[in-house]
Amino acid sequence: MSEIVSPLPGVFYRRPAPEKPLYVEEGKAVKAGDAVGLVEVMKSFQEIKAEADGVIKSIKVEDGDVVEAGQVIAELE
Amino acid sequence: MPYFNKILIANRGEIARRIIRTCNRLGIETVAVYSDADEDTPFVREASEAYSIGPSQASKSYLDINKILDVAKKSGAEAIHPGYGFLSENAKFAKSCEEAGITFIGPDADKIELMGDKIEARRHMKKAGVPVVPGWDGQLDSVEHAKEIANDLGYPLMLKASAGGGGIGMHVVQNEAELEKSFSSAKQTAGSSFGDDTVFLERFISKARHIEVQVIADNEGNTLHLFERECSIQRRNQKVVEESPSPFLNEKLRGQLCESAVKGVKEIGYTNAGTMEFIFDDDTGDYYFLEMNTRLQVEHPVTEEITGLDLVELQLRIAANQPLNITQDEVTKSGYAVEARLYAEDPETYFPSPGKLNTFKLPEELGRFDVAYEEGNTVSPFYDPMVGKIIVHGKDRNEVFDRLEEIIEQTEIEGIKTNLSLFKELVNESDFREGRYTTDYLQTRKQGKEEVK
Repeated sequence: MSEIVSPLPGVFYRRPAPEKPLYVEEGKAVKAGDAVGLVEVMKSFQEIKAEADGVIKSIKVEDGDVVEAGQVIAELE
Repeated sequence: MPYFNKILIANRGEIARRIIRTCNRLGIETVAVYSDADEDTPFVREASEAYSIGPSQASKSYLDINKILDVAKKSGAEAIHPGYGFLSENAKFAKSCEEAGITFIGPDADKIELMGDKIEARRHMKKAGVPVVPGWDGQLDSVEHAKEIANDLGYPLMLKASAGGGGIGMHVVQNEAELEKSFSSAKQTAGSSFGDDTVFLERFISKARHIEVQVIADNEGNTLHLFERECSIQRRNQKVVEESPSPFLNEKLRGQLCESAVKGVKEIGYTNAGTMEFIFDDDTGDYYFLEMNTRLQVEHPVTEEITGLDLVELQLRIAANQPLNITQDEVTKSGYAVEARLYAEDPETYFPSPGKLNTFKLPEELGRFDVAYEEGNTVSPFYDPMVGKIIVHGKDRNEVFDRLEEIIEQTEIEGIKTNLSLFKELVNESDFREGRYTTDYLQTRKQGKEEVK
């Protein structure tokens, strides 16, 4: 199992834009490099990407929540 | 007669401190509102009273109209200064203040709304005889229709959101294929970002200078300009360095530009402080109205330095329904002023760099420092990356840039990355130093540097 962490502090979003679908859901397979969320830092947006292939076991942060640098966003297995 | 006894500042950081300073001088009490992230920052302590308005995310604090109005009522504030950003150009907020019996320190809500609609703004300026960027002010019903209009106008063009502004939601299209590609995404972005998917087309001016005129108008029809600010040094359509006077304008052109600005403002019956933004075509020398910002701007200090006026005081005066106590002839400029925006970011990649200011030492005696933080504070990831502004006033451009360089050398910042080094480089580049630049200057010099590597 591996963890996907936020590299920066900010506000976490699960969608690329309010009317767009979620990046990922629990139980979904992802490839290395796939975006799993977005962090808004100082009004700019950084995608958070999976570093390895796997299945999203759990998503630890709600859409719109504040995250710290290094905080676990999702668990991958 | 005092303007107000107590006002609330619906903002944070350096602009909240800036407004507090003027209020202190005038004996006006101040009410600060702050989010969790800002609890330990200077403006909260410097205000006469401070109230928490909740979470760090701006949408849950600084943008929450009801929370801010509740504090205003509870604290007995008679007026609200919105600063810049956040709710400053939100017509609904201005209207809500009015309905709550609290004075909004700014223009009337309908003027904010009018200038927020870029197509309507263009139409009104045209009517006033202010030159606008050649373009199309009608509806663009479909991509086919847009293509027809574009062919008449000629490429390259700029596709813009009518409800946008400040460089957001703009697409440069070089030809029909690019227009076809950008049209639906531009509409979609406009719809989701601004709640209005109307887009329009303007000629794209590739070698452009961005020069704006500060205006101020009272409720008795006195409308003055306070000269221009040159704002062509930008990154990602955001200003980095502003100066006044513009090194590009001669007295004749300056006079024409300022006159156009006043004409436009009078046409719409605007009151309080505002900025008319113009774009100069570097190839032809023609200038055009771009948009109007219906608030105090980040870069207002350069105007204050050369005119000796306090723009926040003028705003308070007008909001208190008192006439301006100066005439156009009495507005004079002296010397040269520059503002450098200190951003918490990597100077090469512009990647944001929030974090703790372990060291933050400024040579206070050498310039004016309008800054949000002090040593030991954390530069928050929740708001824009501007840590503050370094403002220098002197007799001429050379003196000002030499002093800016001295300031940069004596400034110590540790804990976060900033763009301080960029200013050090700029003041030593001959094109910048001599005022030969257009809005693509930072981008072009960066590409040049990469090629040299």
